[in-house]
Amino acid sequence: MALVRVETLSRVFDVSKPWLNRVLERSPKTYLTAVSDVSIEIEARSTYALVGESGSGKSTIGRMLVGLLAPSGGTVEIDGVDLAQERDAARVAAVRDRIQMIFQDPFASLNPRWKVRDIITEPVAARGGDTSGLAEELLEQVGLSARDAGKFPHEFSGGQRQRICIARALASKPELIICDEPTSALDVSVQAQVLNLMSDLKDDLGLTYVLISHDLTVVQHMADRIGVLYLGRLVEEATPDDLFASPRHPYTQMLLAAAPRMDGFGRDIPPPEGEIPDPTNPPKGCAFHPRCALATARCRSDRPVLRDLGGSRVACHLAE
Amino acid sequence: MADPVLSIRDLTVEIPTRHGILRPVDRVSYDIAQGEILGVVGESGAGKSMAGNAVIGLLTPPAHIAGGEIRLNGQRIDTLGPRALRRLRGKDIGMVFQDPLTSLNPLIRIGDQLTETMLTHLDISRKEAEARAIAALDEVGIPGAARRIDSYPHEFSGGMRQRVVIALALCAEPSLVIADEPTTALDVSVQAQIIALLKRLCRERGTAVMLITHDMGVIAETADRVAVMYAGRLAELGPVRDVLTKPQHPYTHGLMASTPLASRGQARLHQIPGAMPRLDAVPDGCAFHPRCPAAQARCTASPRPVAQDGAAACWFPRIKQEVS
Amino acid sequence: MTDHPAPPKDLPKDPSRLRIALQSDFFYSFRRSPVAVVSAVIVLTMVLAALFAPLIAPTNPFDPASLNLMNGFTPPSTPNAFTGDSFVLGTDDQGRDVLSTILYGMRISLFVGLAAVLFAMVLGISLGLLSGYAGGWTDTVIMRAADVQLTFPSILVAMLIFGVAKGVTPVEYRDQMAIWVLIVAIGLSDWVQFARVVRGATLVEKNKDYVAAARLIGRRPGAIMMRHILPNVLSPVLVIATISLALAIIAEATLSFLGVGAPPTQPSLGTLIRIGQGFLFSGEWWILFFPAITLLTLALSVNLLGDWLRDALNPRLR
Repeated sequence: MALVRVETLSRVFDVSKPWLNRVLERSPKTYLTAVSDVSIEIEARSTYALVGESGSGKSTIGRMLVGLLAPSGGTVEIDGVDLAQERDAARVAAVRDRIQMIFQDPFASLNPRWKVRDIITEPVAARGGDTSGLAEELLEQVGLSARDAGKFPHEFSGGQRQRICIARALASKPELIICDEPTSALDVSVQAQVLNLMSDLKDDLGLTYVLISHDLTVVQHMADRIGVLYLGRLVEEATPDDLFASPRHPYTQMLLAAAPRMDGFGRDIPPPEGEIPDPTNPPKGCAFHPRCALATARCRSDRPVLRDLGGSRVACHLAE
Repeated sequence: MADPVLSIRDLTVEIPTRHGILRPVDRVSYDIAQGEILGVVGESGAGKSMAGNAVIGLLTPPAHIAGGEIRLNGQRIDTLGPRALRRLRGKDIGMVFQDPLTSLNPLIRIGDQLTETMLTHLDISRKEAEARAIAALDEVGIPGAARRIDSYPHEFSGGMRQRVVIALALCAEPSLVIADEPTTALDVSVQAQIIALLKRLCRERGTAVMLITHDMGVIAETADRVAVMYAGRLAELGPVRDVLTKPQHPYTHGLMASTPLASRGQARLHQIPGAMPRLDAVPDGCAFHPRCPAAQARCTASPRPVAQDGAAACWFPRIKQEVS
Repeated sequence: MTDHPAPPKDLPKDPSRLRIALQSDFFYSFRRSPVAVVSAVIVLTMVLAALFAPLIAPTNPFDPASLNLMNGFTPPSTPNAFTGDSFVLGTDDQGRDVLSTILYGMRISLFVGLAAVLFAMVLGISLGLLSGYAGGWTDTVIMRAADVQLTFPSILVAMLIFGVAKGVTPVEYRDQMAIWVLIVAIGLSDWVQFARVVRGATLVEKNKDYVAAARLIGRRPGAIMMRHILPNVLSPVLVIATISLALAIIAEATLSFLGVGAPPTQPSLGTLIRIGQGFLFSGEWWILFFPAITLLTLALSVNLLGDWLRDALNPRLR
């Protein structure tokens, strides 16, 4: 059985102007659909990657998975428990202990006034657990020194801070870790160190990762399965081998072509057309049709549903 | 070959602090020829932006140029006063920064910003400047340029704003453009558009470009030559294909190998141990020696190796190996 | 994977807080600023002098037994024509030593100022944190209340509270109540700026990921506000508190000068100035001059200290 089961998940944000402005300008309320009708299943001990550009809703999905945001519709079940619906506090606490998160900005995700020891042990201390020696043990597990426990976050580099974040995420012995752009703020050589650490920990501790990233090379290296998001919807889901060898959705194809390549010396390809549309007013039909070279009349009126296509899932009328 | 547009020789930038003097840029030399794109890469803190800021005279005190010289079209510019530098910045050097909003005045219509810049630096009439402003916006791919000329910067999306900044940087026909992480804040698809635009315009006009970025992929696709920086020093300088596929410096090699692309199909990524030294703790000799797999006794002692065009700052450069 | 050797058995202790403080950039910038050092020395001296007034004051100006009416109007450092007694800063109309009244007056002024700022701080920080973290209606109600508060001049608010308190307290308790009413009155007129600054900083901090990390493990809002956000919004509060202290001391002096503050039985610097100004035109200048110059020095030093603090804590200027 899948560890994480997400069904028809959606999230709408009210991004209206303040009440007084609305009355004076006679403008209606505006809503932003950040995530719409996303269904995914994530197997235990696998890495599921969510990729997309800004406004794709990948971070919003991540925050709903850990319970930081409540879904507007649909459900998130972690091992059969829906955090948003479950009334039994003990079950909620038990599931919470099994989920953790690593954030993008290693400078904002550690409280600058706390010592590293207190930061790392908080998930356990908050439950009244025993924390003696825990921080030291975890620090060594993530490749730092036990004596770093008494320091403050500002004494560390970005890569070291991200290791501290990983140590904190491991404190409550979780099974599922949501990694929201864990290396986008890091330099390439530091990124390699952190990604290797994540791989090692996954093997050693049997972790399940949800990796949220905009960097296709990172995703290709880490993921067992990749979901591509565009304007809040899942447009394609496949294994890395399938996705990178034969992308089926025109958006995925565009994304792969646009990514700068290390061996693309003097490459002169026509850059992609257009920009990401305004998410408060998405195009009708397939959201990608204004930028799609293959779009037909049907793409402009009917929204394509996600179809199974030989192990992959694709939301495109033309894919086969 | 004609004289280079920009020539930097032994440039050193120092910051005096209570813990001693820091050298974020330490004896760096490179040239950029007309119509050439020089990529400057390095990790954060390597001094790549600081070198660019030194060229345009935008170092934040107490940082200052402590040695070496900078020549633009043969004329020394590191000794110029603030007034002359300000003239230089609009006229001879165009600038594109990571955040387009730092280059645009939020309270002035973009058309006025373009015409004002041209009127200050070019000997043309207001009418002609206005016509040229529309042409410039059209050229950078802003749809309906004649209409959008009266818009304010906040009315554009991030990618469109960066296009406006490029139009602004190029409108006074500078001989050099310094682009500091111009696409880092943008999405992949928009990044490809901006890079293609910058490349095309500078090729057409023969503008020299200093492209500062941390993204090796962008460098590979855009630059003609590349300068790799490490701890404020130049590690390697040469044609982009040579440096990226046959890196001579162990740092460049490690950097290339640690990208996920280079390790394709392997469970683990190649990893350079340790981290770049902080500026207050740069080791003696070659700054990379504590992390270098090939370090020998000579690497730990002064004098350190200094890079030249085509020759890495390494006593024992890698010659034959190629990165897969 | 780990590139660190195994740790030694006995780990070194974390450096003490004092050591950290003495090596910090903050202390460094303090030593580098002559204005800050001089102001700090003056403030510290005055606080100590006020604290130990009973020990260092030549006389107890409130002990009727030690007063000699014949000593009235003795000029500074001049022997009295009748008694031959000499006073460094002279005496007032009742023969009280001006130096002693100033020392005791500073006690009242500083106590009222500190207590009022503390009161405003606690109120402002709590409401600001709540307002910023909760948002929505809570935020609207608190901030509108703050707006209303700001439309009244603070002296007016203080006088209003003072008047009401005077009306409801029995005559025999009025003098004792006066000090506390002063504290509440000045504190109430001052909480808004603390609340606003804390709210603004809270809005920034609550969206940072360390707060998200605390929320996702199920920390309660109270714990997040007190343990996570509060320590990170205190820097600007410290600056405002210092500058508020100077303003509170002046506000107290103003109210006392207007006759609605500290009673003559417990005179503060403001009360002394009020008493002294009656003698200014008859030539006994010292009764007004010395309390006034003390007030000025105290307020100015605290203010300069606050100014330096603002620069030192501003990350953009470092």
